[in-house]
Amino acid sequence: MSLRKFITNKTTAALAVLLTVFASTSALAQEAAAGAAAATKVDMGEVYKSVIFYVLIFLAICLFIAIIGKAIRVYELSREAQGKPVGINWNRVHASLFALFLVLGLYGVYWEYTVHGSMLLPDAASEHGKKIDQMFNITLIITTIVFIATHILLFGFAYIYKYSAKRKAYYYPHNNTIEKIWTIVPALVLTVLVLMGFLTWRSIFFKVEDPNNKPLQIEITSEQFKWSIRYPGADGIVGTKNYKLTTATNTLGIDFKDINSRDDEMADELVLPVNKAVKLILTSKDVIHSFYMPHFRVQLNTVPGMRTFFEFTPTKTTAEMQQETNDPNFKYLFYCAKICGSGHYNMQKVVRVVSDAEYKTWLAEQKTYLNDDLRKQFNLPVAPAPVKAEADSTATDSAAVKTNQMALNK
Amino acid sequence: MSTIALHDEHTHDHADHGHHKETLISKYIFSMDHKMIGKQFLITGIIMAVIAMGLSILFRIQLAWPETNFPFLETFLGKWAEGGRIKPDFYLALVTIHGTIMVFFVLTAGLSGTFSNLLIPLQIGARDMASPFLNMLSYWFFFMACVIMMSSFFIQTGPASGGWTVYPPLSIVAKAMPGSGLGMTLWLVSMVLFVASSLMGGINYVSTILNMRTKGMDLWKMPLTIWAFFLTAILGILSFPVLVAGVVLMVFDRSVGTSFYLSDIVIGTDILPNEGGSPILWQHLFWFLGHPEVYIVIMPALGISSEVISVNSRKPIFGYHAMVYSLIGITVLSFIVWGHHMFVTGMNPLLGGVFMITTLIIAVPSAVKTFNYLATLWRGNIRFTPAMLFAIGLVSFFISGGLTGLFLGNASLDINLHDTYFVVAHFHLVMGSAAIFGMLAGVYHWFPRMFGKMMNAKLGYLHFWLTFIAAYLVFFPLHFLGLDGVPRRYYAFTEFEFMKKWLTVNVFVTWAAIMAALAQVAFLFNFFYSIFKGKVAPQNPWEANTLEWTAPVEHIHGNWPGEIPTVYRWPYDYSKPGHDVDFIPQTVPFSETMSSNLPHDFEGNEVAERIQQDWEKANPVTENKG
Repeated sequence: MSLRKFITNKTTAALAVLLTVFASTSALAQEAAAGAAAATKVDMGEVYKSVIFYVLIFLAICLFIAIIGKAIRVYELSREAQGKPVGINWNRVHASLFALFLVLGLYGVYWEYTVHGSMLLPDAASEHGKKIDQMFNITLIITTIVFIATHILLFGFAYIYKYSAKRKAYYYPHNNTIEKIWTIVPALVLTVLVLMGFLTWRSIFFKVEDPNNKPLQIEITSEQFKWSIRYPGADGIVGTKNYKLTTATNTLGIDFKDINSRDDEMADELVLPVNKAVKLILTSKDVIHSFYMPHFRVQLNTVPGMRTFFEFTPTKTTAEMQQETNDPNFKYLFYCAKICGSGHYNMQKVVRVVSDAEYKTWLAEQKTYLNDDLRKQFNLPVAPAPVKAEADSTATDSAAVKTNQMALNK
Repeated sequence: MSTIALHDEHTHDHADHGHHKETLISKYIFSMDHKMIGKQFLITGIIMAVIAMGLSILFRIQLAWPETNFPFLETFLGKWAEGGRIKPDFYLALVTIHGTIMVFFVLTAGLSGTFSNLLIPLQIGARDMASPFLNMLSYWFFFMACVIMMSSFFIQTGPASGGWTVYPPLSIVAKAMPGSGLGMTLWLVSMVLFVASSLMGGINYVSTILNMRTKGMDLWKMPLTIWAFFLTAILGILSFPVLVAGVVLMVFDRSVGTSFYLSDIVIGTDILPNEGGSPILWQHLFWFLGHPEVYIVIMPALGISSEVISVNSRKPIFGYHAMVYSLIGITVLSFIVWGHHMFVTGMNPLLGGVFMITTLIIAVPSAVKTFNYLATLWRGNIRFTPAMLFAIGLVSFFISGGLTGLFLGNASLDINLHDTYFVVAHFHLVMGSAAIFGMLAGVYHWFPRMFGKMMNAKLGYLHFWLTFIAAYLVFFPLHFLGLDGVPRRYYAFTEFEFMKKWLTVNVFVTWAAIMAALAQVAFLFNFFYSIFKGKVAPQNPWEANTLEWTAPVEHIHGNWPGEIPTVYRWPYDYSKPGHDVDFIPQTVPFSETMSSNLPHDFEGNEVAERIQQDWEKANPVTENKG
């Protein structure tokens, strides 16, 4: 197998022709480009956008790879022709590549953990969130150890035990003791994780309500592609809704026959007093959305026809968080995390955690959902009763509710 | 033995094609030969995989450059990418169809369909499947499902776009998004056909394995591939019907006006009449299939890698019984973990606790499998064939993706990670990349068996290293997006201040994805070129023990000319001490390997043990038998 024979090989000849053509065209192109550049500055923007440009680049890479492939083939054939052992020991190559991959990979993981790892959410701003963070860290430590150890073994074995004609593998079909160990150890570790997770989960979703310190109720309603927030008003209770009452003016379908609804207030942002338990009532008008408030480690889907609840206590005000993150523009947000249609990617509202005093001032400025149009619709007295007389009007209203209810039932 | 001796009746008919003449149509199109059907599944699967990969590149382009116009997109996609930018609705359609194709058409049909069909008869020593006709129907139902799914790209309102889980009401109410119109109907029709195909396949696999094993092939002598295909088929048979039930109810809700999944819905101010249903019901029905489904995807890949790793380490698979029991454990447990997809959907929190326990238990058999792979490599004599490289890649992905499952399976941690990029990274590693690598390992390993030709190894090396590196570059950074609270299925990261810092990562990930996609060209070229121009394969190119390598390279209907070989030993006698070569095929009786027999080989057969002892006395041992 001489070099001459290789050159007569048809494929190689074709490749050579291709290479020449490519080289000359690219040279021509360069000349043309240089000429053009001398005359006027060419806008390459369009070129970078054209598909042909990339197809050509790709073909050039393929050609390059084909040439390398042929070169390796020539090398191997010439070794063979000279009667020397096979040119490239691929087992050694792959073993080394795995070792290299292990080293670079571990560095890559370290880089990811430190660089991208520092771009994550700040520490939890809620009580239960701290527990979640703690458990996250424990799980992260355990999994990172296992991840690194198993990968060192995997690629290490690949490197050490690469093929050698002189050696025979060790016939080792089973060892029940080892099997038992690596069944029981993961089982024990998992038991610990399960127990912690289970207890935390229970503490989040099964709260004993303290009658003297009831959580603040806030209702959130999702629809394509916005959120509506409803504060309970002075009575502390969010009134009932009925989707059948939905109109252009009563977009949430609030039932104003329920006196609890009448003082319900609307808000454009979710304002929460710090260190006060909040019970979110989550509902949806149309499709499933997900109420996601990552800074507080809160997420729950909003499901049409169902009310879901999430109770949590914010522990850091927005101002504190701005200091902690060194970002004066920091804002808490909640947004949608369940695919819900074309506007899914932009369905957000600002959350402000403030001191109790600030909260009260803010709350006083909010308007009620009930307005004059709705009063007419629900046969309620149009002129808003003065604040002082609210207690009286409640009584009469509840009577009105009853009659209206009956009217509705007919 | 438990084998039913059905095989030998038709031997000679099949062997010399005496009973009917094969035409082009009966050989290549409506073929009833399991090897041809396997190839049909594989090539269809590859085509679907290329399509799904193309879709993923399209949405990756959108994610990386949300504010740039790409005129070529308009050329290809028309009004769905007006002005060269993909529209939000179409973006969701891309995501949905990418997921559907990858999970169902590539990793279920393309993986199980290909290798179960090819290997079950060949590895257990059967002439063909229990029902070749059903087998043919199974492929054609799958093919129709693919065609119908793809046809939704050619309708006005576009394909289904509610995510591959098609949660109602989004997928039912046509006004909620354009994809929920005709596109969703096509999705449902396609899925019914697909499930029918899977069931026909599954029933066939199970009955073939149970009834048609050759003489001597008892269950504990089956290769792990067969165990994996067997348990996968059982999973499919038990869970797919539930999906069909759910799909039928959804068809009713969409077309007849029932309210199984709908209640209290107002679109804008339009009040829908449906009352009394629950969208959560769909999620239960869907994930009752959906979770076993991810094991339907990964188990065949694990089976294939067990075989490939053992053959190429020249070592018996470590803990064969433990491997089988962990597969059985995974099979059983996978039916009671579906609720971990629903921790934050408003399902009763009490159930969340229960599902968390079952979910984390399933990590134990998975861990056992991983450790057994490592132990198999230990002190092996590893040949890095392309198949072996992919099998090692699978183990790596299985570890990386499996470990993040511990976060997501923990209900409390899932609160903040649910539906974020962390989930995307998790399942793309553990079931996406791992299963694809298992499939590729299988293709490289059994290509000689399928086509009688060898694939080019060097292109295989290039393919592996590019894909392996690119897959990590794509999916590893995505974990961090999830940890920062970036939800999945977002059309653009432009509307949130905090997401802007991830835009550069998105650009990087997209380039890595493009690199991974282009690396597949090396595979596609190699695959199709080698079918026609590859080197002719030797009888047993990898020096493996299993039965398929005893069948002639030239395909014949009926697999073996003359009698089907008898099996005497388990499939993993590699590098057995005392034997002159480092493998002993299953068809070699112990009487021919007196120098390497071990006491436990005889499974308590006293006569055989005595014969062995007599022989050992007559031939005193000169070297250590290990």
